[in-house]
Amino acid sequence: MTLALVDWIYLAAQFLLALAMLAGCWRLLQGPRAQDRVLALDSVYLSAMLLLVTFGIRSGGLIYFEIALVLSALSFVSTLALAKFLMRGEVIE
Amino acid sequence: MNAIPDWLELAIALTVLAGAAVTFIGTVGLVRWATFYQRIHAPTLGSSFGAALILLASSLHSSLVLGRPVAHEVIVLIFILVTTPVTLMLLARAAIYRDRSENNPDVPVPPPAGEGEGEGEPRT
Repeated sequence: MTLALVDWIYLAAQFLLALAMLAGCWRLLQGPRAQDRVLALDSVYLSAMLLLVTFGIRSGGLIYFEIALVLSALSFVSTLALAKFLMRGEVIE
Repeated sequence: MNAIPDWLELAIALTVLAGAAVTFIGTVGLVRWATFYQRIHAPTLGSSFGAALILLASSLHSSLVLGRPVAHEVIVLIFILVTTPVTLMLLARAAIYRDRSENNPDVPVPPPAGEGEGEGEPRT
């Protein structure tokens, strides 16, 4: 009985993270200016990474954590490059 | 594969749920707040507390299942905690620079000359 409850709790957590991704996507499409879209992209990356970690908890494999590490590195680099682009109009000068 | 006691499994699941809820509240702030300078604060709720709760719960869970300490998630957590302030400060500086250069009225005003904020205009 406890295990079924645990399954439902994980399902609820994944539902909340998916809703968080949806909210980020809404801001990504809606955002009045470019910096809003970059911020929304960063938060969608974060929610996707946390969603992958919860998948990893349920399946018990270690492969999801490597995907999460790659996603967080990718999020860092892409947000940095986009912020640089917004500031200077060029990424590599 | 070691069996985890039921109460511990339940506690880990509730921690993950709390982290997911905190992350969700952060993105609700991202949707609902009015200006960019307010919105940039909201997702940090997820990148600090939400990520910490979920990743530490995952680390504990896989340590218990595998029977040895597993620290992969702690690496991810440290990476997020270090990189989020860097990217968001850069993004906020870029937004301020853009808003000031087009004389947008709802920007934070620059400090009076003489007590500068230590950065000044970007070098060319």
